[in-house]
Amino acid sequence: MTPLQRGFLGALPPGHRDRLAAFARDVSIPAGTRIFEEGGSADRFWIIRSGGAALDVHVPGRRPAVVETLGEGDLLGWSWLFEPYRWHLGARARSTLLAAEFDAGRVRAACAQDPAFGLAVTHGVAAVIARRLAATRARLLDLYAPPGTDTGGTAG
Amino acid sequence: MTAPAAAPPRSYRVIARVPEAPDTATIVLEPVRSALPPFAPGQFAMVYAFGVGDIPLSVSGIDGDRLTHTVRNVGAISAALHGLEAGATVGVRGPFGTGWELPSAAGRDLLVVAGGIGLAPLRPLVRAALAAPPEYGRPNVLIGSRTPRDLLYVPETRAWGRSARVLVTVDRPDDRWNGEVGVVTTLLDRADFDPTTAAAFICGPEPMIRATAAELVHRGTDPDRIAVSLERTMHCAIGHCGHCQLGPLLLCRDGPVVTWTAARALLLVREL
Repeated sequence: MTPLQRGFLGALPPGHRDRLAAFARDVSIPAGTRIFEEGGSADRFWIIRSGGAALDVHVPGRRPAVVETLGEGDLLGWSWLFEPYRWHLGARARSTLLAAEFDAGRVRAACAQDPAFGLAVTHGVAAVIARRLAATRARLLDLYAPPGTDTGGTAG
Repeated sequence: MTAPAAAPPRSYRVIARVPEAPDTATIVLEPVRSALPPFAPGQFAMVYAFGVGDIPLSVSGIDGDRLTHTVRNVGAISAALHGLEAGATVGVRGPFGTGWELPSAAGRDLLVVAGGIGLAPLRPLVRAALAAPPEYGRPNVLIGSRTPRDLLYVPETRAWGRSARVLVTVDRPDDRWNGEVGVVTTLLDRADFDPTTAAAFICGPEPMIRATAAELVHRGTDPDRIAVSLERTMHCAIGHCGHCQLGPLLLCRDGPVVTWTAARALLLVREL
């Protein structure tokens, strides 16, 4: 199974998956490239075939703070689907990135033309956002922080 | 094998201390006279800091009569044990509880998922599995940590990478960290295993265990083949005092390692 078959695309119903895949073009992004800037126009998105990307937040006077990393099969970018179509985070290639790149405007237009396709794509993106929200909430709990009781190291 | 009820502690001497993280150290113990019965990976000992008290500590290494424990300094007793240097003596009771059932995973892909200090009880399991690779399918070790500085056994986990797929992620990277960032469940997409037949072993904070086990079940893993190690306040270690009760389970005796089939419903009950 290829990365595109198991990740974000793999979760779409086959017909809609094929239709979305028809919008893709293969790109190679060198390691270290800034793919998009926080607040920039969200006019494209990517599905990663190989390599990795880091999502980050601009912190004045410091290196961008990495908040999450993405890899094979992951959807890179969802701000393109929702107004005002501006990136919520920045992204940088951690290694050479081979990806399927999509023109967001064309995909949005196809979604508007075909509500069934649009619903499938929106469900797929929403599922990605939901997983990332759950992961973010889990990290807010700071689960690995020292507990308040003297339980040493048993079982974690 | 588990220790008989109310057995007195045996004297063990600290023969090595390895700092692992700012608040965590590994101590290697050797019996002063007679050794306790052999420990299995996943079992725990009650380790007594003389004059302070005892706490349950999983074995993070088993080498003949020698026991290895990894201690996080979170209170008076663990602080005393964490601060021990070579030559100090402690009292040890055990072995207690259930261990990881590695033989039942023969022929299957292995998925070991550790969060934080949860890697400690899993280390002997990984060592045993990698020592007998033909018996198992593809081995995967997924490690989640708070920060890069909190990662345990770094040289050893790197070495595991020669014969297993070892993936590491942190919640809070520092400026030098170039690895993965995010919760440990995100690593499941990068692991090399067949979820429908794999055997999984999970230890870490309970929300992390729940999220990981639930994701595996969603991907088709049989809950009976997901082993989790649970933590409650263990006191007597022999199933008498009830401090470690989780519903029908006394985790010092019926655990700490249980199947997800047994644990799943219990972890969803509030105030249990």
